[in-house]
Amino acid sequence: MITRSAHEMAAAMAAGEVTSEKLTQAHFDRIDAVDGEVHAFLYLDREGAFAQARRVDALRAKGEKLGPLAGVPLALKDVMVMKDVPTTCGSKILEGWRPPYDATLVTKLKEAGIVILGKTNMDEFAMGSSTENSAYGPTHNPWDLTRIPGGSGGGSSAAIAAFEAPLAIGTDTGGSIRQPAAVTGTVGVKPTYGGVSRYGLIAFSSSLDQAGPCARTVLDAALLHEVIAGHDPMDATSIDAPVPQVVNAARSGDVKGMRIGVVKELNGDGYQAGVRSRFEESLELLAAAGAEIVEVSCPNFEYALAAYYLIAPSECSSNLARFDAMRYGLRVGDEEGVSAELVMNLTREVGFGREVKRRIILGTYALSSGYYDAYYGSAQKVRTLIMQDFTNAFAMADVLVSPTTPTTAFKIGEKANDPLAMYLNDIATIPVNMAGIAGMSLPSGLAPEDGLPVGFQIMAPAMQDQKLYSVGAALEAALLSKWGAPLLSQIPALGGAK
Amino acid sequence: MSLSYEDVIAKYEPVLGLEVHVELNTKSKMFCGCATVFGAEPNTQTCPVCLGMPGALPVVNEKAIESSILIGLALHCSIAPYSRFSRKNYFYPDMPKNYQISQYDEPICINGYLDVEIDTDEGVKEFRVEIERVHMEEDTGKSLHMGGATGRIHGADYSLLDFNRAGIPLVEIVTKIVPGTGKYAPEVAKAYVAELRDILRSLAVSDVRMEQGSLRCDANVSLRLIGATTLGTRSETKNVNSLRSVERAVRGEMIRHAELLNAGKKVVQETRHFQEESGLTRSGRSKEEAEDYRYFPEPDLVPVEPDGAWIEKLRATLPEEPTRRRKRLQAEWSVPDKEMAAMINAEALDLVEATVKFGADPTRARGWWLGEISRIANEKEVSIFELAILPKDVADIVALVAAGELTDKLARQVVEGVINGEGTPAQVMESRGLKVVSDDSALMAAIEKAIASQPDTAEKVRNGNIPAAGALIGAVMKETKGQADAARVRELLLGHLGQ
Repeated sequence: MITRSAHEMAAAMAAGEVTSEKLTQAHFDRIDAVDGEVHAFLYLDREGAFAQARRVDALRAKGEKLGPLAGVPLALKDVMVMKDVPTTCGSKILEGWRPPYDATLVTKLKEAGIVILGKTNMDEFAMGSSTENSAYGPTHNPWDLTRIPGGSGGGSSAAIAAFEAPLAIGTDTGGSIRQPAAVTGTVGVKPTYGGVSRYGLIAFSSSLDQAGPCARTVLDAALLHEVIAGHDPMDATSIDAPVPQVVNAARSGDVKGMRIGVVKELNGDGYQAGVRSRFEESLELLAAAGAEIVEVSCPNFEYALAAYYLIAPSECSSNLARFDAMRYGLRVGDEEGVSAELVMNLTREVGFGREVKRRIILGTYALSSGYYDAYYGSAQKVRTLIMQDFTNAFAMADVLVSPTTPTTAFKIGEKANDPLAMYLNDIATIPVNMAGIAGMSLPSGLAPEDGLPVGFQIMAPAMQDQKLYSVGAALEAALLSKWGAPLLSQIPALGGAK
Repeated sequence: MSLSYEDVIAKYEPVLGLEVHVELNTKSKMFCGCATVFGAEPNTQTCPVCLGMPGALPVVNEKAIESSILIGLALHCSIAPYSRFSRKNYFYPDMPKNYQISQYDEPICINGYLDVEIDTDEGVKEFRVEIERVHMEEDTGKSLHMGGATGRIHGADYSLLDFNRAGIPLVEIVTKIVPGTGKYAPEVAKAYVAELRDILRSLAVSDVRMEQGSLRCDANVSLRLIGATTLGTRSETKNVNSLRSVERAVRGEMIRHAELLNAGKKVVQETRHFQEESGLTRSGRSKEEAEDYRYFPEPDLVPVEPDGAWIEKLRATLPEEPTRRRKRLQAEWSVPDKEMAAMINAEALDLVEATVKFGADPTRARGWWLGEISRIANEKEVSIFELAILPKDVADIVALVAAGELTDKLARQVVEGVINGEGTPAQVMESRGLKVVSDDSALMAAIEKAIASQPDTAEKVRNGNIPAAGALIGAVMKETKGQADAARVRELLLGHLGQ
């Protein structure tokens, strides 16, 4: 049962073949068996999960109408605030904090009857591409435990790939949903900025952060997308418009007559051979399904990474200022005679990891008087240019595509001391965040040279998220008929001796 | 030995700059739904947003924007079609997010003015104070420093944090530099804040209570030699909590600067704190090393873009300007200048006007509010509008006196009763049994009784010693517990005794 897709699990519960309680138990059993190796979870909320599962089962027994994902388990990235459940954001500075409120997204999950199993591991404050920056140790890629599962949402994607949960929530500031999806052979979607409420998402970079669905199939992602999307009066940047019809698009998977634009700048040099060959193969399958493949150019994308590493650290330097030991979380040096200022300093010194400190310092510098125009100001101009590139490209194509990442999963520790090499992992995903548009990564096969998953990225204009799902579902169907079984059926067995 | 004010102004020209912070009286905070009641138990008016909890987000209070636009319109400002919030970054324990959401380079209102008048030996003089900007921001929490002698952070054993105030909407009104006030600088500063306070009160956007901190003034003062064109170094005096203090603070800083300059020393650009007891300022933090607030546009909020129709709708609701209104009322009521000034100083204008609207004679209405009612307020150490007597009550009392149903003396008891919460004037009269005895037969009975008890005095009156009647009238008044009309008593008594 745990290897099925979320909508198959939901169908089985609706048909009375299994209860949510049993399904939940099966997932906890799997977690207990494999998470010692994978380390996808930071916290398991067994009590809350079973309470929700039983509540859903009782409602179903009474014949109440339930949502399409009612009773299905889910793994929640630890960046999302959940009432009374420890929420650390992968950082020591929030160790022991139990939030007094639910994120809007969490409220929606609960109302949809979804069973939240626990909180997943992540790079501290979502800063990283490997989950190695977690203060609680790295997560391992289920395809190869010596490799990274991507980041920052490596815990969520690894949990799905390892069948510890059929669904997960991630957040994507520069690729933190899509890049982990790519390297774990799963599906991840960054919705349009403002499409899903950020209320209760612990901010890394407010103008870029966006929560989204992680799943094993395109349809599952769409079902979860519809649950969490929609306007929220608690988030001023939330878009007040109807939710794109993503489930319908995922069900039909029709690309006939669609123009698919290949972004010239997001391919070629620096991209691994197997990544490129899988990408080319996917384009052929889409063409065979009736899409027209065109090439588009986005010349300003080459500045995206540099601009991103000014905007995101600038915003984070301000967003992370609130972690000061005064109201919640870690407090260091609180002894008689020690000033509040010193307690703040000591706490931040001990509580933040190296990468977080690096970005706070970078952002503080970029915002400083005298440097603002040269750094933050210029970066905002680049952002405008990237938006113009997208506008021009979308005039020629309905969606744009590229490989999600330049390479497959690298080894744990391989890039830990080379932040620039690490940052380059997000070169293809960052433009989407900079423009606030929608993006998806889905598996396009294994790279022949290393046998590791390769991700295919789709990009759609703002509030046209459904186009991701049309193309994604079409490609997924074509690949499935080619492979004969889902890619994840090839994942090595886990669970040690068992 | 300190320099005299005359010496200062003989040599230097003061330049003013005034920053006024106004707490808006919105029911909820600037960016969340928390209540804003003054004086609530610490940390009972808080939520994840105003406590800066991880993940919480601000949403702008539309009422606060409306109030800010009203203030801008009343100060003849342009309302920006597009304005934004920024983050002002600095660490302080009572600031929940360690940044303050504040408008910075794109404020909601710009370029206005306010004309103020001051009374001088040379007659009334008018000064135009130009307004640079009106912008919105959120207030911080409050630190309470415990255990020290001064209540200041230095010397305190520990500090307590109260976040009830965190996120209360503030509007900051910043003037351009105000040159050319000469020796009147302290009075102009005071008159500006007073006029601004009246405008804000007439707009009903703030409680404008300086003593509670809902209106706070920072006074920037610099001096330059008369005739000089460059500006001197300024000091910024905070903690100026009354109109009188504004005047004292400016005057005090002028003298302090002049003493430094005369001694060949430099004025340090710094924040200073006004001390109510001494009228002097003490040094706060120095601004020599200018703090870098790393402002950048607040990414959690969308720009404020008020549409023109809304602005015009608000403009149409603007009340009459306080100066114009004062002039009109003074003419309508024929009030001499001195009495008008007294009424304004006592903050009684609104109350008197309301009382007149209920039909009272303006002179009598003014007499009650500035007389008996102010006396009681002083006794209780509250302001007159905090007393439980309303303009309608005063108008009723004026009418009752005019109708002869109350004497002035009885009316004062009624006022006292209303203030004590005994009800309306009619209810107080009823319960206290206060009424003019106008029944002649009852009065005659009391007169007979008085004559019987003082036969000698009565005889004197019969013999033409009219002043002797006073003792008999007094006895009648005593008998009727003061509720008789003394004039009528006198008339009846004299008639009875053949005079």
